[in-house]
Amino acid sequence: MASVCFYFQVHQPYRIKKYRIFDIGKGNEYFNDRSDCDLNNEKVLLKVAGKSYLPTNKLLLDLLKKHPEFKISFSFSGVFLDQLEEFSPETLLSFQELVDTGQVEVLSETYYHSLSFLYSREEFKKQVERHKRKIKKIFNVTPEIFRNTELIYNNDLAWEVEQMGYKGILAEGWDDILGWRSPNFLYSTPGTKKIKLMLKNYKLSDDIAFRFSNKGWGEHPLTAPKFSNWVNAVNGNGNVVNLFMDYETFGEHQWEDTGIFNFLKALPAELLKHPDNDFVTPSEALEKYNTVGELEMSHFVSWADMERDLSAWLSNDIQHDAIQKLYNLEKEVLATEDSSIIEDWRRMQTSDHFYYMCTKYFNDGDVHKYFSPYDSPYEAFISFMNAMSDLKLRIEKAKKEKSQKTNRVRKIKLSIT
Amino acid sequence: MRPRVLMFGWEFPPHNSGGLGTACLGLTRALAKEEVDVTFVLPKRVDLKSDHTRFVFADDGREKVNIKFRKIDSIIQPYLTSDGYIKELDRVTKKTIYGKSLIDEVKRYAQEARIIAAEEDFDVIHAHDWLSFLAGVEAKKVSGKPLILHFHATEYDRSGGQGANPEVFDLETYSISQADRLVAVSGMTKNILVDKYGVSPNKVEVIHNGIEMPDNNEVSATLEDVKAQGTKIVLYLGRITIQKGPDYFIQTAGRVLDLYDGKVLFVVVGSGDMHRQMIDQAASMGISDKVIFTGAMFGDEATRMFKTADLFVMPSVSEPFGLVPLEAALQGTPAIISKQSGISEVMVDALKTDFWDIDEMTNQIINVLKHGSLQNTLAKNALSEAKRLTWEVPAKKCVSLYNKVIRSVGSKTG
Repeated sequence: MASVCFYFQVHQPYRIKKYRIFDIGKGNEYFNDRSDCDLNNEKVLLKVAGKSYLPTNKLLLDLLKKHPEFKISFSFSGVFLDQLEEFSPETLLSFQELVDTGQVEVLSETYYHSLSFLYSREEFKKQVERHKRKIKKIFNVTPEIFRNTELIYNNDLAWEVEQMGYKGILAEGWDDILGWRSPNFLYSTPGTKKIKLMLKNYKLSDDIAFRFSNKGWGEHPLTAPKFSNWVNAVNGNGNVVNLFMDYETFGEHQWEDTGIFNFLKALPAELLKHPDNDFVTPSEALEKYNTVGELEMSHFVSWADMERDLSAWLSNDIQHDAIQKLYNLEKEVLATEDSSIIEDWRRMQTSDHFYYMCTKYFNDGDVHKYFSPYDSPYEAFISFMNAMSDLKLRIEKAKKEKSQKTNRVRKIKLSIT
Repeated sequence: MRPRVLMFGWEFPPHNSGGLGTACLGLTRALAKEEVDVTFVLPKRVDLKSDHTRFVFADDGREKVNIKFRKIDSIIQPYLTSDGYIKELDRVTKKTIYGKSLIDEVKRYAQEARIIAAEEDFDVIHAHDWLSFLAGVEAKKVSGKPLILHFHATEYDRSGGQGANPEVFDLETYSISQADRLVAVSGMTKNILVDKYGVSPNKVEVIHNGIEMPDNNEVSATLEDVKAQGTKIVLYLGRITIQKGPDYFIQTAGRVLDLYDGKVLFVVVGSGDMHRQMIDQAASMGISDKVIFTGAMFGDEATRMFKTADLFVMPSVSEPFGLVPLEAALQGTPAIISKQSGISEVMVDALKTDFWDIDEMTNQIINVLKHGSLQNTLAKNALSEAKRLTWEVPAKKCVSLYNKVIRSVGSKTG
């Protein structure tokens, strides 16, 4: 039996506008670029919605209706859903329609698509809770499976997430960790009780997500029958093929003219031709299959870059400096009880900000550059740090106002007694 | 076949004052490694006669010698050491004026080149910048060998885009008409050749410069006392002339001093026709105590200054290439470079800004001064980038260009 489990990540960060030293202390917002550049969040969202979200949602809705056996799952970041509400309610509605089919599972993640698990467990839990409430409100479902930002995972995370009540968790099925083992089975994690681990089949996933339009690839062009044959080959030596990828693969990373939509359209029927194949959501996979062994992952693994580690966000001095200084503010930020300060601080935690600061392959003009709206990693850092300087001023101001208020109240109390 | 190149230059380290000599040294060394025979012709400098022997690499025994040097009798002086002699800014018209004698010397160099071309055996002529272009043209007339003109700058750049000297411009245009191919040190320079000189884009090849570690890299930093007090140093190093944008540096210094609450010192290294003007500008802004003018520095002295600085700024208005940020990078100092420079086409690990954008330059400078992490990350990445940008690739491109022009001339005559 080979079950196919699709999970699509849907996320857009609130990019920080070009924020200069002169903006500090002037009451200027961080995320409201209105120019024609790619720092304009509304512009980017509408562009991607037009090229990817809307056409893919429409296609998937047709497929789900046509094939009641077809199943998929999504993970939406909270900041993505916020942006849909703000900029494109139409797109939000089309996602709701998909979830309403009952063939679509929604996963759990941190609201702010953050690296909070690495820096503050308290903050991490708050963001996961907040996300859960948001999903309930928008889709009227409660997620039971967790996936962390960029599939960042280790043993501790599985343990923590189990404590929080989740029954499954997703991670990258990287060869270095798996060795001779296959990603096409469920695993358990040392130190946990019941939580099950699902691993991305990165070869088959990346055939679609990264290689689909690569003419230099030996298998180009990729067709639905060809891909289905590869999946069929798993029959007999695997239970579930986990195809995890960014949702923007469809129409944005792989443009329409590559034939990606036709491929997707043909795929479910093609996969269902084999009598032993079916589709499952992550929850169904956990119901259906048992774990086959324990998988030890004490170091963090992610789905990013060739290294599959944390280096996309945390490999140079500017990244470490920026994120550490941001989390150092946690106590003070929360103490202000000022919702706009807290919200801005959290939006600054989104992992993309640190990804933009990556200099690993900056020279080679690699994917970091492709995904970055800034001219360079250094420019990204400068805007981020200037915004943080402004945030600090706001914290100081809020603190002062708070203590003045406390003093006033105390004086009044004293005058009464 | 091993191409034999007759190369006409103007200056050569250590007796150079601009990037041209440095570039010629780097290129010829790398060409030697590519098994190219280069005969390098320099106009003789009477006062430096003894020093010329040091130019021959055979003396230091480190590298294979495929290069020999010729010098000719002429009194031409390098064009950058003595601005008073070579060019001066006409205070009334704001135009650059070249001394009459300089054009005469260029013509005389060209006449001498005819004799050299008749004496030497070679397959291709390669001339660097306008002062040696006529020499290249005359050598071609005598020998019939193909001519490559290498533009490290154009008269258009030298005049800051305004008031190009018509005599020099004509000389460049004439030489271009006689040349088989042109080399531009950047896409920016190529664009100028196409737009301002009407050259067909197909005739111009862009070959970016490379960089070499300085011969003596083991110098220590300077200004220890100042640094010990936690004062950060922001460096300008280059000729103090309109093309290099020193006035933007001074204005930015004023802006930074207004906004930055740490200790910072601005050091201006160089000389040039705007030297006095810059000192006066700093004084009138009331920042004379924070801006130091050191005069020109070369060699070890410059290396030492790069090592000392926390940040190097190159606000050039028009910079055909601009090697200096890479020289700074080799000493672990990050750079802010103007987007109006050829180097910004190749160097990625630097902060970039428009030369006129004083606000942006201020924003970048303060952030480097405030955040050690930014300074470190830039410095580390720029160093490895500078080490990668050697002369090997440009030399290989020259070799393939030599072979191309030699073949095409051969096929024409044969």
